[in-house]
Amino acid sequence: MGVYSCYARRYAPLVTMPITAPASPADSAGGPPGTTGPAVGPAHALADVTASDSALRRFLHGLPGVDAVGLEARAASLGTRSIKTTAKAYAIDLAISMIDLTTLEGADTPGKVRALGAKAVHPDPTDRTTPQVAAVCVYPDMVATAKEAVAGSGVKVASVATAFPAGRAPLGVKLADVREAVAAGADEIDMVIDRGAFLSGRYLKVYDEIVAVKEACGTDARLKVIFETGELATYDNIRRASWIGMLAGADFIKTSTGKVAVNATPANTLLMLEAVRDFRAATGVQVGVKPAGGIRTSKDAIKFLVLVNETAGEDWLDNHWFRFGASSLLNDLLMQRQKLATGRYSGPDYVTVD
Amino acid sequence: MSDHVSLSGSAARRLSVFKTYKLYVGGKFPRSESGRVYEVTDSKGNWLANAPLSSRKDARDAVVAARKAFGGWAGKTAYLRGQILYRVAEMLEGRRDQFVREVAEAEGLSKSKAAAQVDAAIDRWVWYAGWTDKISQVVGGGNPVAGPFFNLSTPEPTGVVAVVAPQESSFLGLVSVIAPVIATGNTAVVIAGEKSPLPALSLGEVLATSDLPGGVVNILSGRTAEIATPLAAHRDVNAIDLTGADEVLAKELEIAAADNLKRVLRPQPVDNVVDWTADPGTHRLTAFLETKTVWHPTGSLGPSGSSY
Amino acid sequence: MTMDKQSSLFEYAPAPESRSVVDIAASYGLFIDGEFAEAADGKVFKTVSPSTEEVLSEVAQAGEADVDRAVKAARKAFEKWSALPGSERAKYLFRIARIIQERSRELAVLETLDNGKPIKETRDADLPLVAAHFFYYAGWADKLDYAGYGPNPRPLGVAGQVIPWNFPLLMLAWKIAPALATGNTVVLKPAETTPLSALFFADICRQAGLPKGVVNILPGYGDTGAALVAHPDVDKVAFTGSTAVGKEIARALAGTRKKLTLELGGKGANIVFDDAPIDQAVEGIVTGIFFNQGQVCCAGSRLLVQESIQEELLESLKRRLSTLRLGDPLDKNTDIGAINSAEQLARITALAEQGEAEGAERWSPACELPSSGYWFAPTLFTNVTQAHTIARDEIFGPVLSVLTFRTPEEAVAKANNTQYGLSAGIWTEKGSRILAVADRLRAGVVWANTFNKFDPTSPFGGYKESGFGREGGRHGLEAYLDV
Repeated sequence: MGVYSCYARRYAPLVTMPITAPASPADSAGGPPGTTGPAVGPAHALADVTASDSALRRFLHGLPGVDAVGLEARAASLGTRSIKTTAKAYAIDLAISMIDLTTLEGADTPGKVRALGAKAVHPDPTDRTTPQVAAVCVYPDMVATAKEAVAGSGVKVASVATAFPAGRAPLGVKLADVREAVAAGADEIDMVIDRGAFLSGRYLKVYDEIVAVKEACGTDARLKVIFETGELATYDNIRRASWIGMLAGADFIKTSTGKVAVNATPANTLLMLEAVRDFRAATGVQVGVKPAGGIRTSKDAIKFLVLVNETAGEDWLDNHWFRFGASSLLNDLLMQRQKLATGRYSGPDYVTVD
Repeated sequence: MSDHVSLSGSAARRLSVFKTYKLYVGGKFPRSESGRVYEVTDSKGNWLANAPLSSRKDARDAVVAARKAFGGWAGKTAYLRGQILYRVAEMLEGRRDQFVREVAEAEGLSKSKAAAQVDAAIDRWVWYAGWTDKISQVVGGGNPVAGPFFNLSTPEPTGVVAVVAPQESSFLGLVSVIAPVIATGNTAVVIAGEKSPLPALSLGEVLATSDLPGGVVNILSGRTAEIATPLAAHRDVNAIDLTGADEVLAKELEIAAADNLKRVLRPQPVDNVVDWTADPGTHRLTAFLETKTVWHPTGSLGPSGSSY
Repeated sequence: MTMDKQSSLFEYAPAPESRSVVDIAASYGLFIDGEFAEAADGKVFKTVSPSTEEVLSEVAQAGEADVDRAVKAARKAFEKWSALPGSERAKYLFRIARIIQERSRELAVLETLDNGKPIKETRDADLPLVAAHFFYYAGWADKLDYAGYGPNPRPLGVAGQVIPWNFPLLMLAWKIAPALATGNTVVLKPAETTPLSALFFADICRQAGLPKGVVNILPGYGDTGAALVAHPDVDKVAFTGSTAVGKEIARALAGTRKKLTLELGGKGANIVFDDAPIDQAVEGIVTGIFFNQGQVCCAGSRLLVQESIQEELLESLKRRLSTLRLGDPLDKNTDIGAINSAEQLARITALAEQGEAEGAERWSPACELPSSGYWFAPTLFTNVTQAHTIARDEIFGPVLSVLTFRTPEEAVAKANNTQYGLSAGIWTEKGSRILAVADRLRAGVVWANTFNKFDPTSPFGGYKESGFGREGGRHGLEAYLDV
């Protein structure tokens, strides 16, 4: 019984379940990643809180509040960490390995996606020691092409779905979107939540939809749940959305679509890292985090890794548990990597444009 | 007192009723626990009354009463404190003649000069009554800190104040040192002028009938040094006004006051006689105020655009 | 592909700030009347780096004769300085503020070397606040008529100022900026363990072209300070330091004309209610007691946590403390630096031992202390009650005492149950509770949902035995004016 028994006692008087001891972090650290994670639907200790709309609301509104200034100050202060030499080299390679290399344009073509896949597998053709990225992230109709492009490499194919980015489509359409992507071979599904339902207080609808999508993902595809934090407007909402996502069985919680003005920030990512940390302590279930959109430089990426390291801890310093949704970030990381190797600053002509 | 008993019928002058002057402590009128009194005379040496000769224990009791009253008095709205102080002025106006007589006897003044002193004293209560709900705005306020914080400084009463009332001005001076202390929410233990304590002891009777909660003002008469010394050293007294202490006593009291770092209002230098009729300014109000500064995050438009 | 799990490699490599930015001379004199001079009796003392025990420099030690000479110089300078138009005095102060900004990295490194605090703090907190303080008071110099103290308020004369070692340059700024803005001249004694930044400040005065004698710096020990405050030609005494010394000064000044302000010790309560924003509260607790190794008069050294969330909060807090990085103060990633002196370390050690002896439960994160220098691991005491020495005495170190409460009333009563009254913290999401509790706390600074924030516009100072007078803001002018 850890401290999070109090958590539940405090925030959800309706929760009467016996709380199981959190799984030891070592359990997942020892074995190959990808073996843990909840079955479809909530099988964990906080199951009761989703029993009804009112129960869920009471739970979410009982979560500790977020002081915006304090949160941002903490994020900024971690941003002053100075990562040098060996730590920097490690961080750059780790960051490259965590990238979901993304193209989500109306103008995407098979050619574009194939080029992206090639880059994902060999980010720096001049240096084969460069790690691969984690995944390529495309629209559902490009999944098959992407799958082909990365075949045999170990790079995953992630597909946005559920009427990305707005999510304003009937549930049946969203689920069909997901099934098509999974059928085409997607290893990961990046869904968007119904922000309209969230902002109008229909938390259970948001929850149910995630559960349904998770089910549509089947047993093989991992589910990333995008909150579009820029539209949720408050940090309290981001914390609540995080808990809805995790309760509903998300494998990852993800900040943004990259399609609105405000995407991933150190503060909202810090907040979500606190959420996954607290969720694992409460349930034993580890959930990944994916900041997406707006992370363009190595310096930014390293700051996010510092957030991970000092908030959720090193169990999350692995691309099974942390991703960057980004496209231009990769080239900056590659240039920094070349700089560390050669001692000279690199330039855009020395990395590939795809 | 020149009344003589006459036994002859209707033509006889009526024998007046003397007042036993008593201390004013915790809203009550005790005698000194020591049972001692001392003779108070007018400026010509004629006997006026026997005043209580307060002891260290009376001082201690007064501090207990003042401390007990502090929370309630400081917690009242400034508006209500103003109402009560104004009520004191109203009550004084009704007993104006009595105070004119007592001040004339105490200070050897003509009736008209004594009346001027009493009128000024009443007006001073009115002046301070109006200050209760203004001083916070004058000395407090928001501070424009360089960050996403609301930052507000507010004056608060310092607590229990020991007041060594002026020796010369038995009523206007007395009022001028008591009113500013309590206007801001402090409570007071007042040592009346040693030689002429009667106006002070009578003031207690006015305060008792002015809706002023018991213990907010406590008035002791007796030997100034004897009462002031334990008060200056008392650890539950927060501040001391040395106005009525001479140079030697003031220094001793200030040394004793350092034991718990009382706020000390020093007396004016001897060559600088206080004109109690002059505009008193805010000095005596602010001398017994603490400034409390409260910070709170405001939320800000940080890089995330969602700092709420 | 999945990278091999090798997160142990993400141990941050050392990231030391360059020491070459500061050039410390082998010896320094007293700064009197615009010149550096040896002490009349030739006495010197050594100042060491608390993180390595390396001798940084040898500094002249002022005696009574030097105090007299400095006060005379300040008196002489006062006539012209106080007669300058405020707008001219302002420009000197603006110059000083700007030079401090220009030299801030040098001064940050210097302060870190001499004091032992992390470069992160000197760089991001001390130095920006120092410059801001001079900039703020510079602007007051020609606006004193509008400060609310009546028309044409006059300076007092010569200010004798004694400052502590915990924020050497910032405390200097708090003292000197308002004194000069109001037209006083100063003689300042820095602490014996941290004299260097004040001596560098003397050089800044030189660069700014400040008239001779307006600022005089006298390094020395307590006897130097005592001589300074006792000097008959000093008109104003400002002291920041221990309550015991503050009382001595108050006694020494009894019966004199000298105006006195004191900024003394504290035992701040940081009150965490069950509806607090927990993650930010944890940060606030950490900032409250581990900022500057807890060597802060307004530290939140007593954590008052609502009993219903004690377990949860402590677990979060311990987890957070385990991420604190203790070590080389010049490393940009260091969170906890060295204790300022062997003497202070001994005091902290003794009080912590007493805490254990009195039955409180002691906890520190796994934490390797460097082999040389003065170090103390971040320490948490639980099962502490108001009766424990560690809940009453100011430890002035990275030691947090955790107490519990059940109701807001009990929290306020315990918070106020101390002879001090400098700071307090409140953590709750309920606005009315913040205001109600803030109203009842007897403390000069109340941080609600934040802690240890400072600003030149914001008055700072204590209730009760934490001293009297305020520094900062409009309020801070009063101490240096004849009002």
